[in-house]
Amino acid sequence: MIQIQLVNTALSSLRRNLMRSMLTTLGIIIGISAVIIMFALGEGAQKKVEQQIEALGTNLLMVKSSSVSAGGAKGAAGNVQKLTLDDVAALKREIPQIVAAGTSVNAQAQVVWGNENWNTRIEGINLDVLSAHHWEIQAGRTFSEQEMKSAAKVAIIGETVAEELFGIASMAVGETIRINKIPILVIGLLKGKGEDMRGSDLDDTVMLPFSTAVRRVIGGNSKYQDRIKRITVQVDDPSNMDWVAAEIENVIKQRHRVADDEPSPVRVMNLSQMMETRAEASQVFSSLLAGVAGVSLLVGGIGVMNIMLVTVTERTREIGLRLAVGAKPADIRNQFLIESVVLCLVGALLGLALSVLALIIAGPLFGWEMVLPTNIMLLSVAGTAVIGIGFGYYPARKAANLDPIEALRYE
Amino acid sequence: MSIALSCHDLSHSFPMAGGSLTVLDNINLEIETGEMLAIMGPSGSGKSTLMNLLGCLMTPVKGRLTVLGQQTAGMSREQLAELRSQHIGFVFQQFNLLARTSAQDNVQMPLMYNPDPTRDDEQQARHCLEMVGLGDRAGHTPNQLSGGQQQRVAIARALVNQPKILLADEPTGALDTKTGKEIMVLFKELNRSGITVILVTHEPEIAAYADRTIMVRDGKVESAT
Ligand SMILES: Nc1ncnc2c1ncn2[C@@H]1O[C@H](COP(=O)(O)OP(=O)(O)O)[C@@H](O)[C@H]1O
Ligand SMILES: [Mg+2]
Repeated sequence: MIQIQLVNTALSSLRRNLMRSMLTTLGIIIGISAVIIMFALGEGAQKKVEQQIEALGTNLLMVKSSSVSAGGAKGAAGNVQKLTLDDVAALKREIPQIVAAGTSVNAQAQVVWGNENWNTRIEGINLDVLSAHHWEIQAGRTFSEQEMKSAAKVAIIGETVAEELFGIASMAVGETIRINKIPILVIGLLKGKGEDMRGSDLDDTVMLPFSTAVRRVIGGNSKYQDRIKRITVQVDDPSNMDWVAAEIENVIKQRHRVADDEPSPVRVMNLSQMMETRAEASQVFSSLLAGVAGVSLLVGGIGVMNIMLVTVTERTREIGLRLAVGAKPADIRNQFLIESVVLCLVGALLGLALSVLALIIAGPLFGWEMVLPTNIMLLSVAGTAVIGIGFGYYPARKAANLDPIEALRYE
Repeated sequence: MSIALSCHDLSHSFPMAGGSLTVLDNINLEIETGEMLAIMGPSGSGKSTLMNLLGCLMTPVKGRLTVLGQQTAGMSREQLAELRSQHIGFVFQQFNLLARTSAQDNVQMPLMYNPDPTRDDEQQARHCLEMVGLGDRAGHTPNQLSGGQQQRVAIARALVNQPKILLADEPTGALDTKTGKEIMVLFKELNRSGITVILVTHEPEIAAYADRTIMVRDGKVESAT
């Protein structure tokens, strides 16, 4: 009963100083918006990294041929060690912990279908590439062993290429495309994966059997012949990563007759670990941003406290009068607490609306990845009510403790 | 006749730089229920201080005050607020109305601190405005009212909790003579209806409306009639 009237009193006095109330609220609006937007972007970035990790595959090692000349006195000086398909097969054969060893050769080329054409990445792959990188076929089928061996003129294409050439991706399977004038039958359509960590489109690709690519399509230039720059190795268990990495070096050294004390012909990197480090860095960065946003909310709260102190001073006579006609100190305190909580809550709700609007409108515009953090939204609104009480308490108590006569005499 | 207010050896002093200023010195006073009392005295003699003590807006440095049979010594701020709310109405020289607030809302304001779900607050405030002759001005804000009308609104506000005691500190001090007399007629009527009225004034013409006048001088109270 009295609470309702206190709320009414608080609301009407806020209305009376509408401009000031709005400016004070602005501080809270900005603070809340900052918190929510920062959290949304942070969560979005986090989710993106997770998607990239998922797209990349798990427990991955990257084997790269190092550019140092190896062999020393034994080999020809300056002879860069090459990795071959045999090396790839040997790795898989000799290290049972390797689930898949994918490798590919790449080139950029024009793909033509009827009047449509599209410049894309052509990859000559071995079959393990698909499993190591979690590629899935959404229509059609994958390459057969026979096709792999015989350099068959077949392709599996990514969603982007399919859409660009055929308009409707699902039409791709069964059509014949041309790459460097060579007719190639599309036998499969890959399931979309989106962007990788550098922002390039993973689905903008045409995959051919390794042999087809090397011998028929991009192998026209002999320097591509059977020359592998990297192998992606998928290990069965995260705990075997380091051990397998060392073992890979050993196997390659043996096969290339490189002595133990000589520089390794390959570099082995833990891709999964690198991605995790990235994810952690992005987590730290988002926490930092959220922290800065939190500070701006705190500043908003101090603004509320400041304005409440001004209000209490300005309305000293009114407070004296209310005390004289029978208001209890708690009534006065509650009235001012309600005012500051209302200021904060109105600010919080407007800030909430503003940030959601900003995220919905500006998000796609700037290509922000974002996740609307419902729990953070609820938490920040509740937190603002607490700020309202916290920062409103001191001014409210100051008002409640005024002496009625001195307050009435206040000029 | 019962006693509305009584003080026993009531003293009050204000702390000053280097000692304290004694304003009231062992006052003994009894005010009967239904009485209309005027307090006179030179400026600075302590009339307002006495009034504020009687209205429980201040606590005396020494002595006892009894309001409608209740000892006020040892009461908490909350208890004193409740006592004021239920039994005492105040009228100030400067009206002290809430600016930009309608007469109706000004009068109704004290009711919110004395909640009673069975009461119709709006009706009661309206009734009090009618009692002071401003039934048709309920929607007016203070700056739309004359000084006399503003003081009437203030009186209606003092009456809204149906107090037994009405305290008025120089209620006509900010008004012209004619308007002041109209206000006094109103106080007289209220007093006739059974409310104990105590008013501070330095004008003998105003004091003449009272049944009894006391003088405050040098911290002491002496009877003037
Ligand atoms: N809060 C106060 N602090 C110090 N001195 C005060 C205070 N209030 C009143 N006085 C002093 O007490 C004396 C009596 O004041 P007051 O009761 O207001 O007199 P009156 O109403 O008769 O003019 C004056 O000398 C005044 O200066
Ligand atoms: Mg005075």
